Amino acid sequence: MSETIQKEEDRTVLTGEYFTTGNLAAAEGALAAGCKFFGGYPITPSSEIAEHMSYRLPQVGGHFLQFEDEIASIVSILGASWGGWKSMTATSGPGYSLMLENIGLGIMTETPCVIVNVQRGGPSTGLPTLVGQQDIQQTRWGSHGDYEVIALAPNSVQECFDLTIVAFNYAEKYRLPVTLLMDETLGHMSEKLIIPTKDEIKVINRKKPKDDPSIHLPYKADDDLVPPMATAGEGYRVMTTGLTHDERGYPVLNAETQEKLIRRLIDKIRKNKDDIILLEEYKLEDAEIALISFGISARASKGAIELARKKGIKVGLLRLITIWPFADEQIEKLAEQVGNIFVVEINAGQVTREVQRAVKGKAEVHGVFKYGGAIHTPEEILSEIERRIK
Amino acid sequence: MPRVEIRFAGFGGQGIGLLGRLVGEAIALYMEGKNAIMTQSYGPESRGGASSSDVVIDEGEIAYPKATHYDYLVVMSEEAYHKYIPNLKEGGTLFVEENLVILDEHAKKAGKIFKIPATKIAEEIGSSLYANIAMLGFFCANTDIVSEDALKKVIREKVKARFVKNNLIAFEKGKNYKG
Amino acid sequence: MTDKLLKAVEHPSDVFLRPGRIPHIWCPGCSLGSVTNVIIEAIKQSGIDSKKISIISGIGCTGRAAGYLNFDSFHTTHGRAIPFAIGLSVTDPERKVIVISGDGDLASIGGNHLIHGARRNADITVICVNNFQYGMTGGQVGPTSYEGQFQTTAPYGNVEHPFDLPGLAYSCGATFVARWTALDVRRMKETIIEAILHKGFSFVEILGSCPTTYGRRNQLREGLEILENFRKRTVLKHGADPTKTEISKDGPIIVGKFVEIKDKSTLTDNLLKVQRIAKATKARGL
Repeated sequence: MSETIQKEEDRTVLTGEYFTTGNLAAAEGALAAGCKFFGGYPITPSSEIAEHMSYRLPQVGGHFLQFEDEIASIVSILGASWGGWKSMTATSGPGYSLMLENIGLGIMTETPCVIVNVQRGGPSTGLPTLVGQQDIQQTRWGSHGDYEVIALAPNSVQECFDLTIVAFNYAEKYRLPVTLLMDETLGHMSEKLIIPTKDEIKVINRKKPKDDPSIHLPYKADDDLVPPMATAGEGYRVMTTGLTHDERGYPVLNAETQEKLIRRLIDKIRKNKDDIILLEEYKLEDAEIALISFGISARASKGAIELARKKGIKVGLLRLITIWPFADEQIEKLAEQVGNIFVVEINAGQVTREVQRAVKGKAEVHGVFKYGGAIHTPEEILSEIERRIK
Repeated sequence: MPRVEIRFAGFGGQGIGLLGRLVGEAIALYMEGKNAIMTQSYGPESRGGASSSDVVIDEGEIAYPKATHYDYLVVMSEEAYHKYIPNLKEGGTLFVEENLVILDEHAKKAGKIFKIPATKIAEEIGSSLYANIAMLGFFCANTDIVSEDALKKVIREKVKARFVKNNLIAFEKGKNYKG
Repeated sequence: MTDKLLKAVEHPSDVFLRPGRIPHIWCPGCSLGSVTNVIIEAIKQSGIDSKKISIISGIGCTGRAAGYLNFDSFHTTHGRAIPFAIGLSVTDPERKVIVISGDGDLASIGGNHLIHGARRNADITVICVNNFQYGMTGGQVGPTSYEGQFQTTAPYGNVEHPFDLPGLAYSCGATFVARWTALDVRRMKETIIEAILHKGFSFVEILGSCPTTYGRRNQLREGLEILENFRKRTVLKHGADPTKTEISKDGPIIVGKFVEIKDKSTLTDNLLKVQRIAKATKARGL
């Protein structure tokens, strides 16, 4: 018996070196973080995540279910999370659109879970097999109402693994659905992945209540603005609703309760921004021009920086690993250092818009856009820099 | 060694994706000090149609993951040859499946051209399916990109057990083929 | 003395009602209060540890039931109670997950989940209170409204045909199917006990009274009139073929336990089976 249990644990974290895709790395990252339930619906270019989870989850004592649509998929992972299991789904733009209402339910009921969006070109059916980064603002504002979200954008196969774990950690720590914004190129490309040992992986689990069930208030937050989370079957008689609710979890439909709740849901992210925002600074020390980019576009940007520096143009990169919450302060500081900021993204300016807001007029902001279907080449980025900076 | 870009191309079903994957994995996992990225074209069809896979190799971090100006172009179909020869670097190396590709004046830009009847060699082993691995052996023997040991190791790991033996025979035949 | 007095006025269902949540929002003449009471009684008599019970609702008048019941309870989005219930149920094979929601919620916006939940034989109980229309939003026509029924979005009479919910659930794979009216409290309770204890997808339709937005537009002004109408039309027929139980405007209402299939594997059974196979499978690389 104990031998069987040992075996299960060993298969959760497949320590070793692999040459594999971003999609499989994200799936393995989820398992390493302790994910035990995946509910999903097939969609290109994310389906390999579902396929891999269907193979791996039963090996580690978890379950995989393919649902009738993406709506059922997202709702099922909320249900599983309340059953005490870490849960995830994976999809692409059209599926993410379908999930939005219930991502809102996850935010309102403070349900930890992870959604991987392997972005493709849109809108509508768009470019099912080709890259896009067009769901940035949808992730931020797609569900109705006011709220804050957390979204992370990996730029390598290794980061698909690492950041899926971080996504689960943030989901558990701050109690909300966290989105991993991948893209088709990253999902399908293969490079080296190092999976560390289980001991080397930092895993955060949701806070559990310590009080007596008879006096337990399921939505009474601690100082960090996050309430401890009892799950079904623990005797706390959990009460959740998508309606505006008080600390008891009871629906109370008035402006006062609404303000208290929504302010807390927003503040628990805003006030913990320093913990959540992850950035990479690349050759910024002496930079006179800065690129801001994320995901696969940040790699093309680094290629452009090499080319530019060969020509004596001092360019550096601020890579947004955390897209939401947005790194306003860091970008404003960067604007004070450089005169020009180029935002490199595979969309028509979704992050550029945020950068323009964040710089407060302290630097010139230029968008370097592609509209989906291909990633930027370093040459394209450089020529855009040269065209704008004479 | 500076950045090297390789494109493998042919038609769906030839195992073009596997070629890129084997080369990429052999380098990334078994060749000290080298990184590799493999990307491949994705279309809606699973069989037929054009197929390509890219391997980019570098000693440091690989920033841009795709191949745009190939140091090496390995083509196993006429269509792939015509489509990708414009992006072969001036003086780059061209590998062709000689019975499936007729070269034209564009091939002159290649510094070296290696030709092999990979499909015919594969058929002699029992199936045209081994043509990609015959090409791989040939590629390995005529470049300094990837070691034979590393490639054989990943063939043993990645190819289904019952096909390993014939794939290794195909690899040897390709390696020893003199044009 | 005071303690005794207090105890005396305590309702026997109080322990399963959330403190401070009563009075409920349901209208006078609505049958949801008595249906909720029957569900509580059934859960009590089922002998299941209350910790193992979870109640899931969607949106609508019936959907509010989860919020009143003092179990682990989840008030989800419109139509989505069933996939939430499935995700929750598979995390613990001993958990009893009961969906309580209305006809508009389960059969219209959530119809896709109803049919697929039944197809999977997911280990959940679905109690659907059918009041023939959308009550909470003011009486719009719904998927169970009969042809000619008057509602706020059918001012000239409903132009569509209704779903017969037991027939729908059965044809999609539900392994326990029953129907009662809100009047049949004892039989309803016995059936709900059986449904909760059933392994697999159990579906119980309860025909409810909604005088406010259904009755008064269809010559049944009082809740009692609706129930009296049910009483007159009810035909008890256990084992009835659920493909022949459709409800019309004036025709008979067939009630009873229609289907009970015990030997079909449940979703949870099959997931656990797959785990055993997977754990014995040799690992392959990435």
